[in-house]
Amino acid sequence: MVEATPTGIRILQLYKIFGPQPDRFIDLVRQGMSKQELRDTHGHVLGLRDINIDMPAGQIQVVMGLSGSGKSTLIRHINRLIEPTAGAIHVGEQDVRALKPAALRQFRSEQTAMVFQKFALFPHLTVLENTEYGLQVRGMGRKPRREKAAEWIERVGLKGYEDHYPKQLSGGMQQRVGLARALSNDAPVLLMDEAFSALDPLIRSDMQQVLLDLQQDIGKTIVFITHDLDEALRLGDRIAILRDGEVVQQGNGQQIVLQPADDYISSFVREVNRGRVISCRTLMQPGVSVEGPTVEASLVIEEAARLLSAEGKEAANVVNKRGQLLGSITLSDIIAAMVPPRAAA
Amino acid sequence: MSWLNDFPALGSKLLSEIRRAIDGGFRDFTREHGETLEQFFEPLREFLLLSERLLTQTPWPLVIAGIALLTWLAARSLRIVVGTVLTLLLIGVFGMWDDTMKTIAMIFVCTVVALALGLPIGIAMSRFDRLQRWVSPALDVMQTMPSFVYLIPVVMLLGIGRVPGLIAVVIYAIAPVIRFTNLGIRLVDKDLLEAADAFGSSAWQKLRQVQLPLALPTIMAGVNQTIMLSLSMVVIASMIGVQGLGQPVLKAITNQYFAMGLFNGLAIVGIAIVFDRASQAYGKRLQKHLEAQHG
Repeated sequence: MVEATPTGIRILQLYKIFGPQPDRFIDLVRQGMSKQELRDTHGHVLGLRDINIDMPAGQIQVVMGLSGSGKSTLIRHINRLIEPTAGAIHVGEQDVRALKPAALRQFRSEQTAMVFQKFALFPHLTVLENTEYGLQVRGMGRKPRREKAAEWIERVGLKGYEDHYPKQLSGGMQQRVGLARALSNDAPVLLMDEAFSALDPLIRSDMQQVLLDLQQDIGKTIVFITHDLDEALRLGDRIAILRDGEVVQQGNGQQIVLQPADDYISSFVREVNRGRVISCRTLMQPGVSVEGPTVEASLVIEEAARLLSAEGKEAANVVNKRGQLLGSITLSDIIAAMVPPRAAA
Repeated sequence: MSWLNDFPALGSKLLSEIRRAIDGGFRDFTREHGETLEQFFEPLREFLLLSERLLTQTPWPLVIAGIALLTWLAARSLRIVVGTVLTLLLIGVFGMWDDTMKTIAMIFVCTVVALALGLPIGIAMSRFDRLQRWVSPALDVMQTMPSFVYLIPVVMLLGIGRVPGLIAVVIYAIAPVIRFTNLGIRLVDKDLLEAADAFGSSAWQKLRQVQLPLALPTIMAGVNQTIMLSLSMVVIASMIGVQGLGQPVLKAITNQYFAMGLFNGLAIVGIAIVFDRASQAYGKRLQKHLEAQHG
């Protein structure tokens, strides 16, 4: 199966002001007018302020924030379900803001696909008909689109349910349909708006694994919105944290857990299972070789600790993918790293 | 203090002048455009005559079989089909077959016309709030205005006969189609529309693939109402020459034939129940996908 070439997303100085006359206030906001002042004295709501994110092609970019942080607003700018007030959005080479209505529809149907928090499956269509919806919009013939939809239904594990209606399925199965509907579009960009937030914890964890496994094959540029840090750390190659419409920190999971930018983020990461985030590479002492087992640098320290205690050793050698020695790691360092830091006074 | 006891109305001379001006204006309009209008409605008359002939000149067993088949297709319920056949047989036995067929033809054409006009109006109303603000009160007026009142201008324009009767019935019965189409489309979940947008659907694709199918059960409730309203209007429209079950009822009223009125009245009730059950069962069938539950 031929996959589309990966497409990165670049968001530059993006602002969104909600209200009847956003253009009147954009300069004031740029000069630093606060969200509070804008709302109380001018009756406009600041949705996003000066967002700059480079989303790498073929990777999972998580945007994390609590409700009201603007994360759902942000993801809807990428396919322009929401019009920006100022700033630029580029998907691959395409300047999304420059698209005329017909071109925008084509862009949405060929370059992006979306998965929704509340599934948003069409209740009057069967699983198969839902899955082929995007292809039907695109004008693909009945037979090829059926074949393609059936293939994706099988890949998300719903074979045999083609003729069921969404209401007949459980939440987890419904979101598999949502995923199949988005993936059968074969677009390079996949937008997932709190796609797993409405699911039970066990099923959510299942779906995260489904997504990670699929991503191994499809290598799409995925933008994943969530309010759950554990989910962000598990899925995200890169994570951007949003608060009150502003990006407060960007980086990979380790950077966010180990170097939280401010108290707000520290309070988030305190509860995280750090052993599953930090890799051996981060913690190792370079160069020194020790007597003990060998671990790969990208292994998380929880796994390394499990290995060490099983073998009754105090330290392990860290190697890269080709087996070259990089350094060593000790059990006591691992334990120290896994214990969360004391809350800031 | 005479103005306290007698309402200070406009003088009777002024009032009669106002009335005369309106009537005169309308009469002039009629004289000038009556012919054109009649021609404009000619296809409608043809359609009506055709369906009337189809129902009255086809052998009755075929008609019963045809109607039974249609109710089966709509309702998929043996009970409703058997009820329909029995009702039609009873009507035939009591000698009201021809009148009933004429009434059914009339109802059929009225419903088709009401749908052809009402659906686009309802769809337009659901898209433009401003249009809704104007059409809603107009529909209220059309429904509350005593139905006799708009028989008058229709008769003045087109004379007595089937077509003016048809127009009067459609005006009276079209409101539910418009209202329920508007309502049904507005009730479609915004999340679904956003999903359709996200997949690049055009406005037309959204309407055809998402909004109309999801509004269909609601629209069917409106169609059901429209059929019922047309049936009740058929008796009144018989005053201006609409043939069918209304005529004998009218005759029964003027001559105090109680039994005749009762029989024909019951025939109307009979076909009303048939149409009602069949269209409701169809509407329910359309909602099946909503009832199915997981677990």
